[in-house]
Amino acid sequence: MDFEDSAAEAQFRTEARSWLKANVPSRKDLEGLDAMARAKRWQKTKADAGWACIRWPAEYGGRDANAIQQVILNQEEAKVDSPETGVFSIGQGMAAPTLMTWANEDDKRRFLPRLASGEDIWCQLFSEPAGGSDLAALRTKAEKDGDEWVINGQKIWTSGAHYSDWGILVVRTDPTVAKHKGLTYFYVDMKSPGIEIKPIRQLSGDANFNEVYFTDVRIPDSQRLGEIGQGWQVSLTTLMNERASIGAGGGGVNFNALAELAETVHIGDDLAIEDSAVRSKLASWYVQEAGLKYTAYRTLSALSRGAIPGPENSIGKLVGAVKSQDMASFAMDLLEQEGIVRDKAFDDQFGALFQDTYMAIPGLRIAGGTDEIMANIIAERVLGLPQEPRMDKGIPFNEVPTGS
Amino acid sequence: MNFEFAEEQMMLRDQARGLLQDHCPPAVVRRVLDTDELYAADLWRTMAEMGWTATTIPEEYGGLGLSYLELAVIAEELGRAAAPVPFSSSVYLATEALMLAGSKAQKAEWLPKLASGEIVATFAYAEGGGQPSADRLETVARKGQLSGTKPVVADAPIAQVAVVVAASDKGDGATMYLVPLDQDGVTLEPIATVDPTRPHAHLVLNNADAERLGADGQGWRMLQSILDRAAVLFAWEQLGGSDACLDMAKEYALGRYAFGRPIASYQAIKHKLADMYVKNTLARSNAYFGAWALNTNADELPLAAATARVGSTQAYYYASKENIQTHGGMGYTWEFDCQFYYRRSKLLAVAIGSEHLWQEKLIKAARSAHAA
Repeated sequence: MDFEDSAAEAQFRTEARSWLKANVPSRKDLEGLDAMARAKRWQKTKADAGWACIRWPAEYGGRDANAIQQVILNQEEAKVDSPETGVFSIGQGMAAPTLMTWANEDDKRRFLPRLASGEDIWCQLFSEPAGGSDLAALRTKAEKDGDEWVINGQKIWTSGAHYSDWGILVVRTDPTVAKHKGLTYFYVDMKSPGIEIKPIRQLSGDANFNEVYFTDVRIPDSQRLGEIGQGWQVSLTTLMNERASIGAGGGGVNFNALAELAETVHIGDDLAIEDSAVRSKLASWYVQEAGLKYTAYRTLSALSRGAIPGPENSIGKLVGAVKSQDMASFAMDLLEQEGIVRDKAFDDQFGALFQDTYMAIPGLRIAGGTDEIMANIIAERVLGLPQEPRMDKGIPFNEVPTGS
Repeated sequence: MNFEFAEEQMMLRDQARGLLQDHCPPAVVRRVLDTDELYAADLWRTMAEMGWTATTIPEEYGGLGLSYLELAVIAEELGRAAAPVPFSSSVYLATEALMLAGSKAQKAEWLPKLASGEIVATFAYAEGGGQPSADRLETVARKGQLSGTKPVVADAPIAQVAVVVAASDKGDGATMYLVPLDQDGVTLEPIATVDPTRPHAHLVLNNADAERLGADGQGWRMLQSILDRAAVLFAWEQLGGSDACLDMAKEYALGRYAFGRPIASYQAIKHKLADMYVKNTLARSNAYFGAWALNTNADELPLAAATARVGSTQAYYYASKENIQTHGGMGYTWEFDCQFYYRRSKLLAVAIGSEHLWQEKLIKAARSAHAA
């Protein structure tokens, strides 16, 4: 048992580190560029040198690298001050694996290298007002017209729809068969006539998501992935990758931040950190945080010997999100009346970290599978427990009760 | 990254699990629970023959000289079986104390007997309710003889020798002693506890012959080190118990039908079991880090031990109570085995200091690590 790289891993790390060191753009290089332009520039630099999407086959813009090499590259990139490239994560992390599995060879060669280089940005058009946790209950319909499909309906919670070039889309092509059997999967040009994008303002005040309306949008049949009626199966490829990528997210309030606060504010005559109740809570959060960190180490060890991590990955988001929420809430309590201040100008020490986290986490507990869905995934796929009986099973979709 | 047990440890785990399935089925735990039998002596002999009591003792003292990773693996399996044996007292605590503080002569006298399992040792430091401290120790030494009371000593009724922490007017205020229990100066009164599968006694020392273990006035510092090391092994034993609870609850929920379907299909039950799985998984990861720190004697040991200990204590409490809950009324009967784990989880939780005490140690260690 150790935490060391194997010889091959160490060599790869050195290679990645020296390339990053030599190629990360300087502050001056980035002057005058907005976040998107910085992201695109850095992604292109990586792609040109073969350091983008390294797990993909080289012929599609990757490097034929393995999972542990990807982790090593991420670790090394985190140590340098490189531009944030989150805008590509849906395309590279969800659309690309789906294309890799389901698209024809021409489409793979056409789209994957442009995804790797950041030239194209993709979004995910899955959730609907009537289909959230029960995604397959979606209603946006597609009707065949010659070699084309005509799409009408509404999608929701679409991150980055307004700056995306392409979208992956699941729609209902047959409402007369059972829920999961009437779906079909397409990709769509986001500049197509009939697409209207409206931002959704979240309770945090930010607008990271959109509603996307489809009015007689035409998609060529050649942009279908999988067979007609096979859309659910294709979607599962996307969803597995969504949970893997959202699960990786940590961030927000952590033990060190809260401990630092507790060493600053008072309870009675003493610093909060001396208070036994504060220490007890902090200790339990530390245990969760360390547990997540070492669980990730175990996953890495499995990757390192070539095993594929399973659905136990769902733990990260399930534990991490509510932990951050509770810690942020507790930090605000420690600040007493000042706890509600969410004004970076008045908070040199933490920059409104606790308040921003408090406002952001309710969304994270829902995005990419609610806490309850994640618990179901653990119960069903890890522990092998049966599903709840479903009222809509085997019933034609257009006869399923809807409540509206 | 190679944060996993090696092949030989996995093999040992399988072997230990198989042996305990054969030699420590629930009927054995129940036998000790239901009768006057103090512990499963037959199982203890089998374990000793397998060398488990000798695991980390150096070969020159009759041990196997294996690593703490091997001992962690055995601890987990003993926890899974809720084995009614004095392993934690004798191996994690007393044997460790001897290896840490014993003179060459003391090691030569005692370690071979502990390795072979022919004697059982126990460990007595706490006095009175609440958290122990060196200042409140009332057990005192006079001319090589100890007098005082240790109110609750695990496995004392079956032990031949005890490591006793007594007050000292030197150094950190405490000194450790070795006290043979079969002598006139020692009185043991059995006491009832929530877990009768591990015997406990009130230990009264009245000018009992004792032999100093380690330096005078360094007992409290050594005690902390022994407890840190033992905490990792306790965490593994607790984890084995939590895992057993999850397995039991799962099997029962799959087989028990209500309203025409298995109760395992209700989200109220599924989410409960998912919570158990999550707590156990995080606890296991922390226990891995604890095992690594113990095995390499890393600077991180105090923090790693406290983290593993708190995680496993929380996981085992949750799993053992919710296992009963999942079983419904039958879970509360004497006839069902859920009680073994509910009892044992509390015994292990307070044995070397409660969750609260270890949370306190954790924060101290985390702050000094941060300051360093």
